[in-house]
Amino acid sequence: MNLGPHAAFIIGAYGAAALIVAVMIAWVAFDHWRQARALADLETRGVTRRSEQREATT
Amino acid sequence: MPLIDLANPTRFLALSARILPWLAAATLAAFAVGIHLGINAPDDYQQGATVKIMFIHVPAAWLAMASWTVMTIAALGTLVWRHPLADVAAKAAAPLGCAFTAMCLITGMLWGRPMWGTYWVWDGRLTSVLVLFLMYLGVLALWRTVDDPSRAARAAAVLTLVGAINLPIIKFSVDWWATLHQPASVLRLGGPAIHGSLLSPLLVMALAFLLLFLTLHLAAMRNEIMRRRVRTMMMLQAEAAGR
Repeated sequence: MNLGPHAAFIIGAYGAAALIVAVMIAWVAFDHWRQARALADLETRGVTRRSEQREATT
Repeated sequence: MPLIDLANPTRFLALSARILPWLAAATLAAFAVGIHLGINAPDDYQQGATVKIMFIHVPAAWLAMASWTVMTIAALGTLVWRHPLADVAAKAAAPLGCAFTAMCLITGMLWGRPMWGTYWVWDGRLTSVLVLFLMYLGVLALWRTVDDPSRAARAAAVLTLVGAINLPIIKFSVDWWATLHQPASVLRLGGPAIHGSLLSPLLVMALAFLLLFLTLHLAAMRNEIMRRRVRTMMMLQAEAAGR
């Protein structure tokens, strides 16, 4: 594939777009890992939400 | 399942967990087809191979505006209907919209340099998109500044509604002012002005970007619901420790 005299700009644009997409995916994945770990930590310490406490007593 | 059931975060989490893998797979497939079509698309008679930048620049611009539109609808949901998931949707969309706007600006500059001879001009289109980017940063800063999510949601909703004025300005800036940026060539009265061989990869890439946004938005909404659960549980723990 011949990208012509402006190949650096085309490759730069696609590289920047790929980097931004990768950062978005990594941010969402890392945030999920962090929240899931925090929830698991709280649950192992026996902390439950009020709605779960109500469900447990009924 | 009635649509109103989605207002329940627990039901939303269950349903989104089932949808997410399919959305992610559809996103990958759309990108594979779009990139294949883009690589094999012919060069433009004036712009040469640099026209390939259009396949990422234009969808990024559409998604930058679509994200703010989602936030505007969600802002109405927060202020008018007090929908429990509205501010979750708005908060999850803001960083994604900000990223797509940054992508639009960066790819636009890299397209502008070889075609216009400059990375940047202060014309109507470029400036209004830069304003959109700054507004995204403002909303993100607001969400971080106010600790209580419901208070932050109301403040962010007001800012989002005010910022929505910029959307028609971006769209019609190329008609209202003399700009270096070309006028609309896809979403215009009289149909697209782009040849089919370049329009097909553009539309497939736009679909891929849309699916990417939906996938990440759904995942980010799930994260936000989990973050609020963590916050509530930590407050309950502190309350119990204080007794």
